[in-house]
Amino acid sequence: MSNENKKNAVAALCGLLFALGLGLGGMTNPLKVQAFLDVLGKWDPSLMFVMGGGIAVGFWTFRAAKRRAHPFLGGDFGWPNATRIDARLVVGAAIFGVGWGLTGYCPGPALVALGAGRIGAAVAVSSMVLGMLATRAGTRRRSRAA
Amino acid sequence: MMGFTPIGSTLGGLVLGVAISLMILFDGRITGISGILGRSWGARGSDLAWRLYFLGGLAVGGLLWRLVSPGVFGPASSTGLATTAIGGFLVGVGTTLGNGCTSGHGLCGISRLSPRSIVATLVFVATGMLTVAVTRGRL
Repeated sequence: MSNENKKNAVAALCGLLFALGLGLGGMTNPLKVQAFLDVLGKWDPSLMFVMGGGIAVGFWTFRAAKRRAHPFLGGDFGWPNATRIDARLVVGAAIFGVGWGLTGYCPGPALVALGAGRIGAAVAVSSMVLGMLATRAGTRRRSRAA
Repeated sequence: MMGFTPIGSTLGGLVLGVAISLMILFDGRITGISGILGRSWGARGSDLAWRLYFLGGLAVGGLLWRLVSPGVFGPASSTGLATTAIGGFLVGVGTTLGNGCTSGHGLCGISRLSPRSIVATLVFVATGMLTVAVTRGRL
């Protein structure tokens, strides 16, 4: 098996594991997500434990990865190169949060629920993709004009 | 699945932690779902392949959940479809502008102590809370 095939196999396995973790953690239920966001109502802090569990593992493995020149299966690390905290980041995150609160779906759980054939998730994912493509087209046009 | 579930949620988080760890250590990739999905458009060759394998794994995982424990998806119609469409569109716009979502910023970014991701996570959790407070008439 070539390294590229091995990388694809790892990606497929991780997609599967990610779906397992999201379901176990309660993230695939939009009502549970909204209950986490409902701090002024009947607040359910469970999703902080999802984040905590993920970061407790990720903190150590990302540290280990940063010390390496290359991933185990070769090639280069795709580390993000942006470092500035700019308006685009803050405005983008703010808009995402509004959509997250309205639907109870962030992208991962929406895709998992789509795989399960949920109508709401199909609507959420298609409008999500539309929003992504529209934003990309808009920012391309603006950078051409600039 | 409703109500406080600290054990199940911690377990789920640990599994997510294993998934993002394998992705970075073996493939050198950050597991940011919005980026994996959004940048599939225009990607080709090996850069498209790994995205489709990952997204395929997510979807197959959803199918397996449906067979084993469909309750994890909650009630069928908790939110109206028009609200879902508007919200989904905003998620697409926001994650593209802000370069990430709950996985890329929240899990991976905080794991590597990225100041950008910490700020992004605080902001989207805050506006998410504000949105639910407004739609549920808490204010």
